[in-house]
Amino acid sequence: MSDIILETRGLTKRYGGVHALEDANFTLRRGEHIAVVGDNGAGKSTFVRQITAVEQRTAGEVFFDGQAVNFAGPLEARESGIETVFQNLALADDLDVPSNLYLGREIIKFNLGPFSILDRKAMRVATQKALDTTAVRIPNLSNPIRNMSGGQRQCVAIARAAAFASKLIIMDEPTAALGVQETGQVENIIRGLKARGVPLILISHNLRQVFDLVDRIVVFRRGRIVASLRREETDGNDIVSYITGVKGGEGARA
Amino acid sequence: MTATVTATAGRPARPPEMNVFLGLLGIALVFEVLGWIFIGQSFVFNLQRLQIIILQVSIVGIIAVGVTQVIITGGIDLSSGSVVGATAMIAMSFAQVSDNARAVYPALTDLPVIVPIAVALLCGLLAGAANGALIAYTKIPPFIATLGMMVAARGISKWYTKGQPVSFPTDSYAAIGAGLNPVLLFIVIAVLFHLALNYTLYGKHTYAIGSNAEAARISGIKVERHLVMVYAIAGMLAGTAALILSSKNLTAQAGMGVMYELDAIAMAVIGGVSLAGGRGSILGTALGMLIFGVIISGFTFLRIDAYYQEMIKGVIIVVAVVADVARQKRRARMV
Ligand SMILES: Nc1ncnc2c1ncn2[C@@H]1O[C@H](COP(=O)(O)OP(=O)(O)OP(=O)(O)O)[C@@H](O)[C@H]1O
Ligand SMILES: [Mg+2]
Repeated sequence: MSDIILETRGLTKRYGGVHALEDANFTLRRGEHIAVVGDNGAGKSTFVRQITAVEQRTAGEVFFDGQAVNFAGPLEARESGIETVFQNLALADDLDVPSNLYLGREIIKFNLGPFSILDRKAMRVATQKALDTTAVRIPNLSNPIRNMSGGQRQCVAIARAAAFASKLIIMDEPTAALGVQETGQVENIIRGLKARGVPLILISHNLRQVFDLVDRIVVFRRGRIVASLRREETDGNDIVSYITGVKGGEGARA
Repeated sequence: MTATVTATAGRPARPPEMNVFLGLLGIALVFEVLGWIFIGQSFVFNLQRLQIIILQVSIVGIIAVGVTQVIITGGIDLSSGSVVGATAMIAMSFAQVSDNARAVYPALTDLPVIVPIAVALLCGLLAGAANGALIAYTKIPPFIATLGMMVAARGISKWYTKGQPVSFPTDSYAAIGAGLNPVLLFIVIAVLFHLALNYTLYGKHTYAIGSNAEAARISGIKVERHLVMVYAIAGMLAGTAALILSSKNLTAQAGMGVMYELDAIAMAVIGGVSLAGGRGSILGTALGMLIFGVIISGFTFLRIDAYYQEMIKGVIIVVAVVADVARQKRRARMV
C-alpha cells in the first residue's frame, strides 16, 4: 500500500473562459494535514469541488487510495471515504441536527424504497455520540438548526464530516465566520483528527491557524499551485509573498 | 477539548400548528358571536352546518395535501384545478352506463369501477410527472411550468367532448363520492401523507430539498427524481379529487375545478406552510382547510352576498401570503 492517499495530476477546471484551476499537481500522504491558502478567487474551492465531484473537471486525473477515480457525484466521493465541509455550509436549515448529520445516508428501520421508514432514534443516539467526541454541545438536537448560532451550525457541519470521515476530510474555511472560542473548538477537532490519523485538507485564510495545525502548506494563485512547503521550512512572510505573487511566478509542484 | 458552545435554543419551539389552531378557534368564535347578534342562532353548535363545512372543503383539501408537499420543496402547483377538470372528464367517460344515448365511448360502457379509478389516478399522475420533469430537468420556475399545465389541461377538458358534459356514471362509480366519503377519503389521505412526511425517507428528502436544494444534492439526494415524484403525487391527488368530485356530482364538466388550485394553496399557506419551502405540515394544512371552510360558510351563514365572498377569499389568500413573508423576514433577522 502506497503512503499516498490523494493525488491529482494536471487537474484543470474552466468555467467558459474563466480558468479557475489550471494543471494542479497535488499529493497528500496518509495521516498528513495540509493547508491550502491563497487569495480570494485563487481557485481553492474550485479545487475542492473537483476532488469531491460536486463538479466535473475539465481535465486531469485524480487518484484516491491507490486508484484512479472518476466520481460521478458527491455521494460517490463520500461513500469512498471523503468527507467535506463545504464553504457555503451544506446544511438544511429547517431540519434538526440528526437529520443534517444523516442527510442522504439516513438509517432505515424498514425498507420501503423511497418510503422507507426512518430509524429516528438510532440517528439521534449516534448524533449525540458524534457530538460528544467533538465536544460540541447542543442543548436540543430536535430544534431546526436555523435557530442555532453560526458557530453551532458550523460545528454541526464539522461534526458531520468528522464523524463519518474514514479516509480523508476536507474543510473549506471552516472557521471563517467563527468567534475566538468556536474557532478554538474547531481547531481542537482538527487536532483530534490528526491524533486519529485522518488526513486533512484545510482551506484557510488564517495563517496563524495554518502554522499551528498543519504539516504542509500549499499556495494557490490565480488557479495554479505556486508553492508547497513544509511548515518548518517556511514562515508567514514567505507564504504571503507566494500568495501575493512576489515569489513563485512559475507554477510549482505540490 | 474543553471549550463548549452554549445555545440559546434550548427548549423545543412551540409548534406553529398551535397558532393556526388558535386562529381557527378565534375565527369560529367571531362567527358565533356575530351569529347570535345578527341571525339569532349558533354558528358552531349545528351539526348539519359542521358537516356541510367539512364536506365542502375536503375535496379541495385532498388537493391541498399534494400542494403542501410541492410547496415544502419550494415549488408551487397552479395546475391542480385544471387537472381536476381534465381528469374528471376523462375518468367519467370510462364510468358511463350502457343505457346512455350520449356515452363518449358507446362500446366502453358498464366497465368495472376499477377502470375509471385507474384512469383518474393515471391521468393525475402523468400530469404531475410532466410538471415535475419540466421543473426538475429544464429548471424553469415551477410557477411557469404549472401555469402551462394549467392552461393545457383546461384545454384538454374542453376539447375532450367539445364542451359537452359527461354524465350518467355507473352506481359503483357514483358510490365513490357519496355521503361523507369525501371526508373519510380526505382523512385517510391526510394521515397517510402525514406519516410519509414525518417518518420516511421521502418526507426527510422533501423537507431537505425545500430547505436547501444544493445541500440536498451534495448530500447525495437525487433531487430531480425526488421532485418528479412529489409533483406526480400532487397530480395523483388532484386526480383523486376529480374522481370524488365527479362521482359526487354524477357528472363531469369542462369547467370543473376552476380556481381549486388557489383554494388549495390558500389552505396550505393559511396552515403555515411556507412559500419559501422547507416548512409546513399536513396537520397545518388540515387546520388551514378548516379555517378556509369556516370563513366561507360563516359568510354564507351571515347571508353575505356571494360576490363579497369571492372578494374576501382573495383578501384571505393575500393576507396569508403576507403573513408568511413577514414570518420569513423575522426569521432572516434572527439568523
Ligand atoms: N460556477 C462558476 N462559474 C463561473 N466562474 C466560477 C464559478 N465558480 C467559481 N468561479 C470562478 O473561479 C475562480 C475561483 O473561485 P474559487 O471559488 O475556487 O475561489 P477561492 O479560492 O475558493 O476563493 P475564496 O477564498 O474567496 O473562497 C473565481 O474567479 C471565481 O469567480
Ligand atoms: Mg472558496
